Amino acid sequence: MKTVRIRVTNEVGLHARTAAVFAAEAARFASAIGVRSLARDSGPVDGKSILTVLTLGVEQGHEIEITAEGPDEDAAAAALETLIRTDFAGRL
Amino acid sequence: MAARVLTGIPASPGMAEGPAFIWRRQAPFVRRRTGAAPEEERRRLEAARSAARAEIDGLRARVTTTAGGQQGAIFAAHLMFLDDAALLSRAGEAIARGINAEAAWYDAVEHFAAQLEQLPDPTFRTRAADIRDVGHRVLVHLSGGGEAGPALPVPAVVVASDLSPSEVASLDRALVLAVCLAHGGPTSHAAILARAWGVPAVVGVGDPLMDLEHGDVLLVDGDRGEVIVAPDEAQRRAFHDQAARAARQERTARAASGEPALTRDGRRVHIEANVGSVDEASAAVHAGAEGVGLLRTEFLFLGRSAPPGEEEQAAVYRAIFERLGSRPVAVRTLDAGADKPVPYLPLPAEANPFLGYRGVRLLLDHPDLLKVQLRAMLRAASGSRVRILFPMVATLEEWRRARALVEAVQREMRAAGPAPAGTCEIGMTVEVPAAVILADHFAREADFLTIGTNDLTQYTMAADRGNANVAHLNDGCHPAVLRLVQRVVEAGHTTGIWVGVCGELAGDPDAVPVLVGLGVDELSMTPAAIPRAKAIVRQWTFEDARRLAHAAVDLDSAHAVRALVRGRSPQDG
Repeated sequence: MKTVRIRVTNEVGLHARTAAVFAAEAARFASAIGVRSLARDSGPVDGKSILTVLTLGVEQGHEIEITAEGPDEDAAAAALETLIRTDFAGRL
Repeated sequence: MAARVLTGIPASPGMAEGPAFIWRRQAPFVRRRTGAAPEEERRRLEAARSAARAEIDGLRARVTTTAGGQQGAIFAAHLMFLDDAALLSRAGEAIARGINAEAAWYDAVEHFAAQLEQLPDPTFRTRAADIRDVGHRVLVHLSGGGEAGPALPVPAVVVASDLSPSEVASLDRALVLAVCLAHGGPTSHAAILARAWGVPAVVGVGDPLMDLEHGDVLLVDGDRGEVIVAPDEAQRRAFHDQAARAARQERTARAASGEPALTRDGRRVHIEANVGSVDEASAAVHAGAEGVGLLRTEFLFLGRSAPPGEEEQAAVYRAIFERLGSRPVAVRTLDAGADKPVPYLPLPAEANPFLGYRGVRLLLDHPDLLKVQLRAMLRAASGSRVRILFPMVATLEEWRRARALVEAVQREMRAAGPAPAGTCEIGMTVEVPAAVILADHFAREADFLTIGTNDLTQYTMAADRGNANVAHLNDGCHPAVLRLVQRVVEAGHTTGIWVGVCGELAGDPDAVPVLVGLGVDELSMTPAAIPRAKAIVRQWTFEDARRLAHAAVDLDSAHAVRALVRGRSPQDG
């Protein structure tokens, strides 16, 4: 299992559009993706579901923890970390 | 019933009279069964979701066309909720336990909606309404029919507590005379769609609105934010006179929009358009634009993994220049930054993107990218009047380096073949206060200056445009901003170059006479604002506008400036 902790910098946090891009990216991988909000201590929720990601209520500046478990967990963790780190560059 | 006046927030301009059609959203009646056959219920849910998907797709296309991509995007979000893995999984589990599709789906939707409603951030809470909207749509299909939204039998004023995006989009636009909401605000979906449709709307009227009855005669004034209920004859007459006056003005403005805007004593003010796409360029010409005062080029660069090549850019610029014919076009080089990121330009996350690595400072670190853009512009420009605009220039070094790149590209092109025909002016947007303060220097080295009042106001008032708590400070009519405009105009005219304004202020009816009076040569605005701006220019003499401007810059608040302009505006014909 790979674990990544990262702060969400986007103005809207993980909200409609950003949550959707995040969930779509997570859905590309076979591994199970979990997301926890460290700021609210909520989750883990299924990272591939926009709705559950939304319910985490991640706002700008909140730190989250992403876990990937499965055959492509390294690639999945790296991709999701890059997505957040580059603030969804070009994807929104 | 005696006449009553209800007040709310003006959300879409215009005046209309009509019978009230009261829409009260029905809570969905969910039939519950147990012992249902899972296969059958799964099939039913699938069919309902398919039908909902097709409908939402249709709505998205319609709304995008009438009100733009951002409004259409709401329905794209609905589509994603519709197919959400967790939602389907939860509903599927209930179905496997023998619960019927309606109840399984409703419970799953409510589960997530309720969770979102618990969150402190209000924007997350509004997503709960979106999810319920999607949920409701599927439920309607599961129960084999029902109302997705208000179905007007005759032209009427739609009266509701609030309207979800689906409900608004399902309205038959031809029958909607006006929209009145007890809740909601000027940026809510219903308001935006009403504006796109050109239908008056008043929102936030409050709960008394819902005491109205079907058929109550209403006079809706979307400019003042007033709803007159059961008006008497005198009120109706006054209302219709006012409406007729407004309609006449609008017609006159439209008719005259193709003509140049001259003050009554003969001074010409060039009215141009801010555009960000080929379609907007067409709309601009249609609205009477005498040129493009600001072509934002970001649409070519955003949302892709590699920059557009020279050919691709040149083709787009050519299309735009063709639509503008012999009218001048000012092309702004790529204005990217942390808030408008491009993946192929390394942009570190910034605490303060508006004070950060963006605009020309970013571009100068990528001369190859800039040169491709400049070459594409110049190639496409042959035969046209092209102006090159550099964004966010703060220092003369930046300006000189940018200008040198243009000249280098021109030299290279001349060496490679015949020089492109047409003229090319090089200028910059003045938005950084430092550039305003040293405007005299810049004026000596640029062919023109155009003032980006959106950002200039932001920097001057030290208030983030996007921050609701300080948005009220971001008023370009503030004398501080007007004095800066005055300074730039003086610097430009002393040197003999022209000065334009390309921020939203250029199209603000309160600001137009002041800007004209300050001597601004060109006002560039959103195409929709052009006819009115021309009409305003034509109402004033330059002399009176100068006196107005002179008085305005000595006032002490934006509010005072607006009051002054309105008080002194010549009577409309």
